[in-house]
Amino acid sequence: MLAPRLEIKHVTKRYPSVVANDDVSLLVAPGEIHAVLGENGAGKSTLMKIIYGATQPDAGEVWFDGQRAHIKNPQEARARGISMVFQHFSLFETLTVAENIWLGLDKSFSLTTVRERIAQKAVEYGLELEADRPVHSLSIGERQRVEIVRALLTDPKVLILDEPTSVLTPQAVERLFAVLRKLAATGCSILYISHKLDEIRSLCTACTVLRGGKVTGIVDPRAESNASLSRLMIGAEPPTLVHRDVVLGDVALTVRGLTLASDQPFGTALSDVSMQIRAGEIVGIAGVSGNGQQELLAVLSGESTRAPLGSVTLFGADVSQQNPRARRAQGLHFVPEERLGRGAVPSLSLAQNTLLTRAATLVGKPPVAWIAPPRTAAMASDIIARFSVKAGGAQASAKSLSGGNLQKYIVGREISAMPKVLVVAQPTWGVDVGAAAQIRAELLKLRDAGCALVVVSEELDELFELCDRLHVIAKGKLSPTIATRDASIEKIGEWMSGLWTPEVADAQA
Amino acid sequence: MLKLEARPNPSKLWGFASPLLALVITVLIGTVIFMAMGKAPLTALSMFFWEPIKSSYALSELAVKATPLLIIALGLSVCFRSNVWNIGAEGQFVFGAICAAGVALMADATTSRWIVLAVLIAGVLGGMAWAGIAALLRDRFNANEILTSLMLVYIAVFLLTYLVSGPWKDPNGFNFPQSKTFEKVTQIPRLLDGTRMSIGLLIALAGVGALWVYLFRTFSGFQLQVGGLAPLAARYGGFSSRKALWTALMISGGAAGLAGALEVAGPVGQLTPYIPVGYGFAAIIVAFVGRLHPVGIVFAAILMSMFYIGGELAQSRLRLSKSLTGVLQGLLLFTLLACDTLIAYRVRWQR
Repeated sequence: MLAPRLEIKHVTKRYPSVVANDDVSLLVAPGEIHAVLGENGAGKSTLMKIIYGATQPDAGEVWFDGQRAHIKNPQEARARGISMVFQHFSLFETLTVAENIWLGLDKSFSLTTVRERIAQKAVEYGLELEADRPVHSLSIGERQRVEIVRALLTDPKVLILDEPTSVLTPQAVERLFAVLRKLAATGCSILYISHKLDEIRSLCTACTVLRGGKVTGIVDPRAESNASLSRLMIGAEPPTLVHRDVVLGDVALTVRGLTLASDQPFGTALSDVSMQIRAGEIVGIAGVSGNGQQELLAVLSGESTRAPLGSVTLFGADVSQQNPRARRAQGLHFVPEERLGRGAVPSLSLAQNTLLTRAATLVGKPPVAWIAPPRTAAMASDIIARFSVKAGGAQASAKSLSGGNLQKYIVGREISAMPKVLVVAQPTWGVDVGAAAQIRAELLKLRDAGCALVVVSEELDELFELCDRLHVIAKGKLSPTIATRDASIEKIGEWMSGLWTPEVADAQA
Repeated sequence: MLKLEARPNPSKLWGFASPLLALVITVLIGTVIFMAMGKAPLTALSMFFWEPIKSSYALSELAVKATPLLIIALGLSVCFRSNVWNIGAEGQFVFGAICAAGVALMADATTSRWIVLAVLIAGVLGGMAWAGIAALLRDRFNANEILTSLMLVYIAVFLLTYLVSGPWKDPNGFNFPQSKTFEKVTQIPRLLDGTRMSIGLLIALAGVGALWVYLFRTFSGFQLQVGGLAPLAARYGGFSSRKALWTALMISGGAAGLAGALEVAGPVGQLTPYIPVGYGFAAIIVAFVGRLHPVGIVFAAILMSMFYIGGELAQSRLRLSKSLTGVLQGLLLFTLLACDTLIAYRVRWQR
């Protein structure tokens, strides 16, 4: 048998407050697609950083092709044939595809050579790319292809992919998998970091599971079930949600024929968006990020007051140009995508952060709206207890919480306001499986209590689990609505590319 | 090798200890400078750290210097906490002084003692108006307030020079560029006979309490600070950034203008081209050394005044350059910024 391509032996890495990797070992054979599975904070990224030379382990060894390797920095890693495609792309929007790839290469080639080699790799792996298009005109999937081609041009022996599918449509995921399988067949080992069980089971031939910085299992994912992988990953099976029948109430939130240019340079303009949400239902909005979700959310929440009069109504009242506080007073609450810095002020305490959205019940009336610290602290403690937030009390600063716990706190803060309409962006983005299930259950409870909910998410599984109806947003246009039970992942995937037929829209009208 | 390591949480202890350590380092570097200049370091240091506090009269003079610094820095702390960078408190101070002088010059022998109130109000309104120009330019044209407020300083100073060498020049003043001496009734009431301390000190101390309540107990103060700490969160909360801009500049402009009025109708007693002595700029350092916290600013203002007085003493008694004041002030801010690293990081010894 050949020497393993990559072997990690008993690696430990400590940070001041946490042991990120505790005696972790990993064995990757040549040509293997090896999954590294774990929740956020399980230590996946730290392990990859060690392999890629971005950080050094406190103890343990890295072996490469049967030899001990001390990888001091990413340049050295690339020189040895280790390439990495990050979750967040590092591309210059104003440069072309070829120029971006050219910039990222360590060796000096002429731009012409680079162009030729891009074409060659494109043919080899079926990665169509137009070398001379500027990056800002590319879709997210195409941008990822640029990153992958850039990695391939270094002829890697190990390719690390960090959560590569979180930004892709289901169809694009299939195309990516085909490329990866072809690449593995040439002998390149692939380290595939993910927390999506289905993907790992269909793509990978080996899987190392991490939990709390320790290896909890080394398995063949093809022989496992979602439940058994989930047990290894979180120590329990994810709870199943109870979905009761819809009891529709009055029309709560309406958007009518909204067309609005973006105020950001590379933003997406909204084009003739119309939707209606009634009390007691959850409406999901699917779509690949950057297709107008931010713009739509800003218009719904009131963070943008540029919408034309009459385009957004809340229980029949025109709120198009009201700010978030005014809308909140009428029962519309919003959970934004970014938790730190938007949903909560990082350096302020959880108690003080209640004032961000709950001031109406907390502070006195003008002329002087006094703050009573005992009241904010009491509210924060209530939220912490009711939503089982792990925090050092009401006086803990928002930034001291883990992402999942802060999300629970923010969602809890808005839910405990008993909103009539709740708009939620990425409710469980970056949240561990247990907390995600809890948040989803709370959202369903709110629906059953007669609240109207809008959920914007990039995770289709989540939308199918939560929502009663779905819309898809693509290039700033909103698809017609479809009941979740009539929808399929394939169909929504097609719609995510903007391909919904006008007939469907007519049938709905 | 020494290595900096991020702390999981910012250290409360170092929040207090950092200014003290910075002061110690400033003194040490100061000692080296004095020795290099051939002066006995202890004598020189005593000019800065002992002479200003050794007698009750010295203390009263310290209070005279600290009062304007304190008032201006309190206002600036509101600005800086809300991410509004008003660098031009000096200009607001000068224009406040001009407006206060305008009222004071209207007084004659028959005027009531209440004119003092009008003088102070004129100063506040003047400072607000001057800061309001920067606010308006930012609000309407998105012009950077750092630049506009700073440039307005020079306009205010030139306006002052024009007034005292033109329309408001004292006809009996031997052609010196200064106004006539204000009537006695406009004099800001003194606190103690034989000292120059005025009720300005009481106003400043009341301001300390008022600012604490405003920042930490009112929703308006909370909104301002959220705008500074996390602008996106302020937008999410629905807190108006325009309102924050105007409130911050009105408070800091009004405070600087008040300090100008207290100065011109207090220790100075007439309008001269020497009204601007850099209090508006020094107050920026005071605000930051005091951690933008009302109580911290009190201590910082006292410290900065000691530097001012010490600098003057060092000049007259030791024949040292008065620029030493600026050197020590700059050193303090510089070492403070360096020491603040210890709040978020700890030093570790590594192999």
